[in-house]
Amino acid sequence: MNNIPNRAVMCEVLKEAAARDKSVVALCSDSRGSGSMTSFAEAFPGQFVEVGIAEQNLVSVAAGLASCGKKAFAVSPASFLSTRAYEQCKVDCAYSGMNVKLVGISGGVSYGALGMTHHSAQDIAAMSAIPGMRVYLPSDRHQTRKLFEALLRDDKTAYIRLGRNPVEDVYGEDGAPFEMDKATVLSEGEDVLLVGCGEMVKPVQEAAKRLNEQGVSTGALDMYCVKPLDRAGLLAAAKGKKLVVTVEEHAPFGGLGSMVAQVISANDPKKVICLALPDAPVITGASRQVFDHYGLNAGGIAEAVRAALKG
Amino acid sequence: MNALAVKAYDLRQDVLDIIVSGGGGHIGGDMSCMEIVLALYNRMNVSPDRADDPNRDRFVLSKGHCVETLYAVLADRGFLDINEVKARFSKFGSEYIGHPHNTLPGIEMNSGSLGHGLSVCVGMALAGKMDGRDYRVYTLMGDGELAEGSVWEGFMAAGHYRLDNLCAVIDRNGLQISGSTEDVMAHGDLAARISAFGWHVVEAADGNDIDQVNDAFDEAARVRGRPTAVIAHTVKGKGSSLMENKASWHHHLPTAEEYEIIRRDFARRKEALLHE
Repeated sequence: MNNIPNRAVMCEVLKEAAARDKSVVALCSDSRGSGSMTSFAEAFPGQFVEVGIAEQNLVSVAAGLASCGKKAFAVSPASFLSTRAYEQCKVDCAYSGMNVKLVGISGGVSYGALGMTHHSAQDIAAMSAIPGMRVYLPSDRHQTRKLFEALLRDDKTAYIRLGRNPVEDVYGEDGAPFEMDKATVLSEGEDVLLVGCGEMVKPVQEAAKRLNEQGVSTGALDMYCVKPLDRAGLLAAAKGKKLVVTVEEHAPFGGLGSMVAQVISANDPKKVICLALPDAPVITGASRQVFDHYGLNAGGIAEAVRAALKG
Repeated sequence: MNALAVKAYDLRQDVLDIIVSGGGGHIGGDMSCMEIVLALYNRMNVSPDRADDPNRDRFVLSKGHCVETLYAVLADRGFLDINEVKARFSKFGSEYIGHPHNTLPGIEMNSGSLGHGLSVCVGMALAGKMDGRDYRVYTLMGDGELAEGSVWEGFMAAGHYRLDNLCAVIDRNGLQISGSTEDVMAHGDLAARISAFGWHVVEAADGNDIDQVNDAFDEAARVRGRPTAVIAHTVKGKGSSLMENKASWHHHLPTAEEYEIIRRDFARRKEALLHE
């Protein structure tokens, strides 16, 4: 079982970049611990900005730094970054065309029993609705590394959601196959396509494996690039399938499911089932317990597929 | 006679024409901040010939609704063509929209939603410190804008980081769209409030006096170890008795008759300055 959280991988990639490039700057809002950024702050004090518990200021300051040529990575809990500082993300980053990477840590229900104030189940919808804002949810540590290496090479704004806890590897030790803004095919199949993002990719991968073992030919996609959604990759994978099932750690509206359904309904109409968190404060518990409760696990996904195929 | 003081009235006429041509604009605040923006653009190290110079001074119009004054001053400094601005402002498909947009030359950041500019400038000033560049960073805020909580996050951070390359100007005209700032949300002793955040504060008793405004900027440039706020006491609607100190002129579109009165008032004030 992997014990390295994706956020720690982000820090390692940013430290490697900061060592060779003075323009790489990280910002935190009293979030260096939860963002695994303490070692960055210690190693590169001249390239680190602490703003205190002030997310709006965090994002605007990052935009100001970016306007002067810095590659700014603003690292703050996803719940606060994406909603409290939403307008700064919209105006100062996306609308103004600044190279700010907004990293939402402890995303989704990572904070578990801390409740809805600390959950970010709206961030995909909110961020995706901003023109020019890209939205990425990497699945495992290997893909997280590839994604951040790619983000360091571009000069546009993006929102990246990372979970708090280590997640099981989706990809092997030799690294994730990765192409920027292209979904990764996890498995091929004839009848059903599963599409997941972020922490839901591992259960999607396992559900596909189980369904294939049970005779339901199932393909699976890692749609880490929720926006821009890989339309071509999605349509190619969905071709000939009877059913598409999306799985996300997000509210049921405006997220991966909504976007996949838009593309499928307009281009290759077929049944699309969207598995997500409920339109309600989620039940109290650790994230794994929450996922299990709502069927956001391999068994729940497989069950939903079998039910949909019967219906 | 101060040539810039005279020019301020020519540019006020440009602003009036821009607003009438476009069918709307924030005329009251445009008039109160004219001398501030004009003074800044005549002292900042900026030029249309080297718009991307990393050593250039930076300005962010946080009270972005007063973009008409910015357009007039940018045109005067050679960044924009005033005739094009007048012809196209707010027209369908125009690049000259009702708030600053950084696809236009000379504009650093998009603004319009209040309470963003100061924090953006904190980032610009931090970048200057990181890179060892000696440019200065200016933002202009309205006094009504100071009710936005994010402004005080910016004040706090600038004080914390002792950003002496940063100067925040407050267009203290005392009015906002609903009336007096002190009735809507009182600032009380504004200088004391800002000072408490670790800032040096200069008050310009007449923020529509070019010399007083420049004196304040000179003082700000001399201060070390702290950012400086310039509280410029201005007159909303400055330049015509029809508009002065009237909240109702926040974004009033002059009628043809009002246009003539204002135009004549501007001409008279300019004439008086020429004979000072």
